[in-house]
Amino acid sequence: MNYLPKSLATGFLLAFFASSSVMAATHPVTGETLADDQTFTYSLLDEFTSVDPQIVEDVSGSDIVRDLFEGLMNQDADGNLVPGVATGYTTNDAKDVYTFTLRDNAMWSDGNPVTAHDFVYAWQRLADPATTSPYSWFAEIMSLENVGAVMSGDLPTSALGVTALDNHTLEVRLTDSLPYFAAMTTHSSTFPAPEWRVRTFGNDWTKPGNIVSNGAYVLTEHIPNERSVRERNSMYWNDDATIIEKVVALVINDENVDFTRYLANELDKGTVPSGQFIRLKQDYPDEATSFPRLCNYYMTFNLSDSGPEVFKDVRVRQALAYALDRSVITEKILQAGQINAFTFTPGATAGFEVPPVAFGQMSQSDREAKAQELLADAGYGAGNPLSFEYIYNTSEGHKKIAIAAQQMWKEVLGAEVTLANQEWKTFLKTRGSQDFELARGAWCGDYNEASTFLDLLTTPSGYNDGKFSNSEVDSLMLDARTLDDASANYTRVEEILANEMPVIPVYHYAGVFMLKTNVKGWPYNNVEQNWYSRNLYKTAK
Amino acid sequence: MINYIIKRIGIAIPTLLILIAVSFYLMHAAPGGPFTSERPLPPQVLANIEAKYGLDQPIWRQMFNYLWGVITEFDFGPSYKYHDRTVNEIIGHGFPITLKYGFWSFIVAVGVGIPLGAIAAIRKNTWIDYLAVGVSIGAQVLPNFVMAPLLIIVFTLWLDWLPGGGWNGGAWQYLVMPVIALSTSYMASIARITRSSMLEVLNTNYIRTARSKGLPTKVIFFRHVLKPSLLPVISYLGPAFVGLITGSVLIDIYFSTGGMGYFFVNAAFNRDYSVMMGITIVVGSLTILFSLIADLLYAWIDPKIRY
Repeated sequence: MNYLPKSLATGFLLAFFASSSVMAATHPVTGETLADDQTFTYSLLDEFTSVDPQIVEDVSGSDIVRDLFEGLMNQDADGNLVPGVATGYTTNDAKDVYTFTLRDNAMWSDGNPVTAHDFVYAWQRLADPATTSPYSWFAEIMSLENVGAVMSGDLPTSALGVTALDNHTLEVRLTDSLPYFAAMTTHSSTFPAPEWRVRTFGNDWTKPGNIVSNGAYVLTEHIPNERSVRERNSMYWNDDATIIEKVVALVINDENVDFTRYLANELDKGTVPSGQFIRLKQDYPDEATSFPRLCNYYMTFNLSDSGPEVFKDVRVRQALAYALDRSVITEKILQAGQINAFTFTPGATAGFEVPPVAFGQMSQSDREAKAQELLADAGYGAGNPLSFEYIYNTSEGHKKIAIAAQQMWKEVLGAEVTLANQEWKTFLKTRGSQDFELARGAWCGDYNEASTFLDLLTTPSGYNDGKFSNSEVDSLMLDARTLDDASANYTRVEEILANEMPVIPVYHYAGVFMLKTNVKGWPYNNVEQNWYSRNLYKTAK
Repeated sequence: MINYIIKRIGIAIPTLLILIAVSFYLMHAAPGGPFTSERPLPPQVLANIEAKYGLDQPIWRQMFNYLWGVITEFDFGPSYKYHDRTVNEIIGHGFPITLKYGFWSFIVAVGVGIPLGAIAAIRKNTWIDYLAVGVSIGAQVLPNFVMAPLLIIVFTLWLDWLPGGGWNGGAWQYLVMPVIALSTSYMASIARITRSSMLEVLNTNYIRTARSKGLPTKVIFFRHVLKPSLLPVISYLGPAFVGLITGSVLIDIYFSTGGMGYFFVNAAFNRDYSVMMGITIVVGSLTILFSLIADLLYAWIDPKIRY
């Protein structure tokens, strides 16, 4: 597949040469006048953990890795799959063998060609127990052949289901049929790694000066907890189309300071301090942006043997879910475009149509009446009030929601709810060892497909902290893997969840940020917000 | 004097060891570990990782291995959170930053605080006194987490004089606001301590005698008043100096300075054991060292104290 038509390439080339002359450059496609200084500066709330593709585990690190490295496939501004290092792929009927064809002009920043072997090395490295990657689980959800045995050290990494048939052909063998496998190769964990640099420098290979990368940018400066700078990589196969010359990421730990510095024009992209979106949208309508995210916020009942008896009664679980007035939480507390949730999977997920689950269709007053009825049936009332403990990880935001929920349950159901908060890792330990009654939960999708959410509530899932177990859900999710269109299964699973109510869906996340009006090319419609600096440009003011 | 120093160092070593042991146990007593995450690792993988870092061994053994590395190779180990950095690198990067803004904050706090307190004491109950006391109380009640954002709004947003944060190798523009924010409350304390101790000294019999025999005010002040007035200030300065140069989380958060304070707090949340221990050892050693220096200074200033 020829990704770049010749005429367009010529246009880019012309634009590139024009930019070095005195004349103000214009955008090759839109014709807008470009700013002289094409430096894009944005903020991170926290220092990223790594820019090593197989190690990185946070969103801010992945954003950088996506600029520095390029995987088999990329996403366009709408989140659609477009060629990256691979020009395309083929798959067998069972969808468990994928063959990617790599472009022959892809280069590392030191001039070495990017080959299928670099991907084999990277994927083996991800699964290799010696790498001790906190993201090695991604290799597992990719269902690569033998991945479990390789990760536990029982088989050598060479046994992993990925082979370079030649320099430009990569074959991937899976244990399960995964129709959406190609989409997973846009994830930073699957990006190639330069074996010769990793071998020479060990853990230090990602430091500026040592690092060699195959993306549109190279890392030229990194001062921990202060800034990192990446500059245009002239060896990138499509470098002529890049407009942003330099990307600066500043670490600003406080969202209010971040916003002040955005106002002082130190940042092109900044943070919206929590709770201020509505005001900022009024004051800066073209800059304040809210977009739906692939994340849910829920409360999980402990349904394991160590869980409280009261929650074993489905009527109690339903009553609590019905009594929660989600609009108060999204519209009065959070105020940034969050969406009331009655399903576990966010509506923004690709190919997922939010099913009209019954309790989502009722009015809030009907829901509350129904909740009272259900709880009375279950034998709770004025003489025998429902009481339990809700735990959440320490944060102002979670606290507000917890207090609101406590009030709603008290007013509607007369329930006595005690609240407890725990520091993050303590909380994870408590929830993971089923030492709770009702706990806060949230999940962000690893890829844009409903199974990334619904798999969490299957019996074998390691993330199913409430230990919900339903054989029908398990088999529907298992079958979904081999179907071309699994939406019917997902709808059915959501219906079962609405009946069984193992978790209370509260809302689906929205992301907010401030972006200067002269920064163009932002992928607003990419729900995963996978952005590439090479697609951005700054116009002259 | 020499004997005293040797004795103090003799006490310092077991103190530091106790500090390390207690911190080590407390750290491991906190639930969760460096690899606890929302997406739990498969047990086999977790076991592999823990074995690699020696986290599968008994705590006393981990502590011994860690200490052995520190003592024999001055190696504080790898960071569990940041794969491409060792604790030595983290401290080596963060500490000089903290030291720089801490040192300048100390200079400002002392340089402004002592004269302010002295002027207030000498001109007691005049408008100068009221102004000085007013300024120091104002500085004291404005905590740095209020001060820092205010400074950024005024100097960056309104006046556009200074960058809103960052470090840039410690260029002066980046140093001004952190130093003001960090030094004000110390400066206020120093001014108040100086004022009250100086007032006390000014009322002593020997000062009255000096006055009555007609010594010029300047001579009285510099020869007889200043030194004894500074005694309580010195005992405050020892711990204050350590506090200033060992890091302020708030300064690091508000001004993105990249200093050690933020790494320390973050390490606790991340259960990044080696980073936590490394910084604890550095801060502990400095605290012990500077309290010794303060005690020695004390003896030098006050002839009544002899070790």
